[in-house]
Amino acid sequence: MIGIEHYVFVSAILFVLGVLGIFLNRKNIIVILMAIELILLAVNLNLVAFSAFLGDLTGQVFAMFVLTVAAGEAAIGLAILVIYFRGRGTIAVDSVDRLKG
Amino acid sequence: MLSGLEAVFFYLFAFVAVAAGFMVISARNPVHSVLYLILTFFNAAALFLLTGAEFLAMILLVVYVGAVAVLFLFVVMMLDIDFAELRAGFVKNFPLGLLIALVLLAELVLGIGAWQLGGIELGVPTGKGAAVLGASNIESIGVILYRDYLFLFEAAGLILLVSMVGAIVLTHREGRAPRGQQDISKQVARRPGEATVMRQPTVGEGIEL
Repeated sequence: MIGIEHYVFVSAILFVLGVLGIFLNRKNIIVILMAIELILLAVNLNLVAFSAFLGDLTGQVFAMFVLTVAAGEAAIGLAILVIYFRGRGTIAVDSVDRLKG
Repeated sequence: MLSGLEAVFFYLFAFVAVAAGFMVISARNPVHSVLYLILTFFNAAALFLLTGAEFLAMILLVVYVGAVAVLFLFVVMMLDIDFAELRAGFVKNFPLGLLIALVLLAELVLGIGAWQLGGIELGVPTGKGAAVLGASNIESIGVILYRDYLFLFEAAGLILLVSMVGAIVLTHREGRAPRGQQDISKQVARRPGEATVMRQPTVGEGIEL
């Protein structure tokens, strides 16, 4: 069996790619949301790898809850994006200050 | 022999997952980003399968590829967005982003290395989450989920319900009648008493309505 450090390393790379994606596409909120999905995927990979190697399925159950929250987060995030686009006609998020007092 | 084959598949899936993950954040067209995201999910599901987490692999395909990625695709294609304008800061942000990413990666790798050297106790499994003897992965997860985590499971369902209601409430638009269209119930409810006013102005004065 492949050692766990391989899985953890792949997961670390995916996580860092997600963080890098947030920095590179600071204006494009769609890509930011996709980068967050990448980060959550990396976390899930970590949880599943440790769960498999420790012989404890709790990690997989937890990964399922992460999936649930990620799905809800994507739905709400895209809904906010759609109503923002309706009002502004753009999705450039670096100039969002509508809630500023 | 079997282990060698497993290693080959592991490196294949891991490499494609990382490469596709890189394309997600660097593709010019967000539609391509979504498609690369789907590729990443497929390869991550294959990695899950290699560890023996069959149920999660299938859930990842159904939930992420089937629902979330398609949702992204819908939004990207529905909104008429000038994506070239949104890439304006890409080059400017690249050095800082790369620096932070490298620092983060170095920290993570150092953490893994320190743990690999030994001497760090991460805790031991309690045995509570051990697989049911002789049962498949799916069956074991079902037993654990419904035996130990029933309330959390229902809370997860509640979260999904709330996010569904939230998304609908946010995006739903009340169908406003276009200008000039008649509202039948309003017309039917109209009574002469409240629709007309009798005034008898004296000569030389206007009336105020």
